[in-house]
Amino acid sequence: MSEEDKVDPERRDFIVTTTTVLGAAGVAGACWPFISSMNPTASVKAEAVTEISLQGIPPGQVHTVAWRGEPVFIFHRTPEEVAAMQKSSGGKDPQADKARVKEADWLVVVGICTHLGCVPNKVADGWLCPCHGSVYDNSGRILSGPAPRNLDVPPYKFIADDKIEIG
Amino acid sequence: MANRVIAWIDQRFPLSAFIKNELTDYPTPRNLSYWWNFGFLAGFMLVLQIVSGVFLAMHYKPDVSLAFDSVQHIMREVNYGWLLRYMHAVGASAFFIVIYIHMARTLYYGSFRAPRELMWWSGQALLLLLMATAFMGYLLPWGQMSYWGAQVITSLFRATPWVGDHLVLWLRGDYVVGDATLNRFFALHYLVPFFIVGMVLIHLVALHHVKSSNPSGINLAAKDNIPFHPYFTAKDFFGLGVFLIVFCGFVFFKPEFFMEPVNNVPANPLQTPAHIEPEWYFLPFYAILRAIPDKLGGVVAMVLSIMIFAAMPYLDRSKLPGGARFRPIYRISFYIFIADVAVLSYVGAHPPGGVLAEVGRVATFLYFAVFLLLPLVSKKEEAWLRARGLPSELEALVAGEDDKAGGRR
Repeated sequence: MSEEDKVDPERRDFIVTTTTVLGAAGVAGACWPFISSMNPTASVKAEAVTEISLQGIPPGQVHTVAWRGEPVFIFHRTPEEVAAMQKSSGGKDPQADKARVKEADWLVVVGICTHLGCVPNKVADGWLCPCHGSVYDNSGRILSGPAPRNLDVPPYKFIADDKIEIG
Repeated sequence: MANRVIAWIDQRFPLSAFIKNELTDYPTPRNLSYWWNFGFLAGFMLVLQIVSGVFLAMHYKPDVSLAFDSVQHIMREVNYGWLLRYMHAVGASAFFIVIYIHMARTLYYGSFRAPRELMWWSGQALLLLLMATAFMGYLLPWGQMSYWGAQVITSLFRATPWVGDHLVLWLRGDYVVGDATLNRFFALHYLVPFFIVGMVLIHLVALHHVKSSNPSGINLAAKDNIPFHPYFTAKDFFGLGVFLIVFCGFVFFKPEFFMEPVNNVPANPLQTPAHIEPEWYFLPFYAILRAIPDKLGGVVAMVLSIMIFAAMPYLDRSKLPGGARFRPIYRISFYIFIADVAVLSYVGAHPPGGVLAEVGRVATFLYFAVFLLLPLVSKKEEAWLRARGLPSELEALVAGEDDKAGGRR
C-alpha cells in the first residue's frame, strides 16, 4: 500500500457525518410542503373576517352567525340583564362583565362550549350545553358543569354604531 | 438501555438478524454498475407516488361536476398543491422511465434467466399493475384527454368475444365514461398501489433468495461479493441524488413537459379532440394496437406485446451465461428491439394513416420477430461462438452446462 492509499478515518467520518446531516435536513425540508398542504387554504383563511350588521336584533334576542364556520352568539342584552351581569363576577372562571364586552348591551361570544365543543342552547338566564350540562350566564361565563372556561370572546370591533367586524 | 430494548425485541422478533442479513451484510456482487441503481429508484418512486397521492386525495373530489375544479383548487389554493400535483404527474412519467430502464437492463444483461424467472415474472406483474394504476389515475383530472383516453381504452374490452358489450358496460357502470366510472377509477387508483407494494415485497424476497445478477452474467464466488452497506447504500443514494436533480428540474422548471395542453379543457362527452394520443409510456403498445387492421386482432397483439416479456426465460436458449456481454448477436437484437420501440413510439404519437401506417406495421412485425426468432438466434449464436473459440474459463462453464443437460437426460 502506497502513502496516498492510506485511509484517514477522520476525513471519512467527516464526510459521513456531513452527508448524513445534510441528507436529514433535506428530508425534513421536503416534508414541509406535505405538512403545509394540510393547513387551511388562503380561501379558508379569507373567511376568517366577517362583517355583521346589528340592525334587526331586538333587545333580549340572540342571533347566531357563522365566523370561520363556527357559531358566534350576538346577544342584544336588556338594561336589566346588563345590570345583573355587572353585579356578578361569574362562577369558576371569574371575570368582570366589562372585560367581556365592548358595548355593554352587546355580548359577542363564540358559541362553542369550552368543554367538548357542542353548541349551548339559550335559556332564560344564560346558556345550557345539551351535551354535558354546562351552565353559562348572560355574560357567557361558566357557572356550573364540566366546562373549564367562560365562552371565548372572539376578536371583533365596531366599525359603525350598528355594525361589527369579527376576526 | 437501547441495547436492552433491542435484545428484548430480538428474543421475540429477528430484528437485528434481519437488518444484518438483508441490509448491512447482504452479499452483493462487487461489479454492479449504475444500471443496477434503477430498482432502488423504482422503489423510491413508488413511495413518492403513494405519499404525494395520499396528500392529493385529501383535496381531490371524484365527482364529474367537481373533479376538474378540485384539481384547479389544488393548483391555485391548496398550500404547495401545485408542487404535490406536479410531483405526482411528473412522478408518473419518471416512474415509467425508471421501470423501462430497469427492464432494459434486465434484458441487456440477461438478468431474467434462471434462477431469476420469478423475479422477472413478479416484475411483469408489477408492470401490469403500474400500467393499470397510471391509466386510472390519468382519468382523475377529468380533462378532455383524460376522458377520451378512458373512453378509448375501456372500449378495447368491447373486442372480447360474446360478452364484450356487457363487459364494457360493467367496467364503466354507465353507457359512457361517467360519474360511476370516475368514482371507481379513483377508488381503484388508490387501492392498486397497495397491491404493488405487496408484489414489490415478493419481488424483494425473491431477489434476496437468488441475489443480484451482475454485468458478467456469471454467478460470482462468495469472495467476489461485498456487503450491501456501506458500498451499495452509498452508491444507491448517490444515484438517487443525480436522479432527483433531473426529477426536480422537471417538477420546478418544465412541469408541463409530459402533459397534454388539451387536458386543460374540461371533459366534454359530446366532442372528441381533433387528435388524441395516450401518455408517452403507452405509445409503443398503442402503435401496435393501431397497426393491426382488425379490432380483436389489434387488442390481442397489444396484450401480447406486453405479455411476451414473460416468455423471455424460455425464448433465450443459449448456454452462454448472461446477456449481451459475451453475445454479439444478442446485443444486436437488443439494440434493434430498443430502436424498434422508439419507432413505434413515434408512430403512436402521430395521426394514423399514410406512410406511418406502413412503418407501424413493419415495426410491429419486427417487435414480435425479435422475440420469436430468439430461440433460433440464441442457439445459432452459441454454436457460432463456440466454433470460433471461447475463452477457456467460459468454455469450461458452458461445458459444465452441457454436462448438467446430459445428466438430466
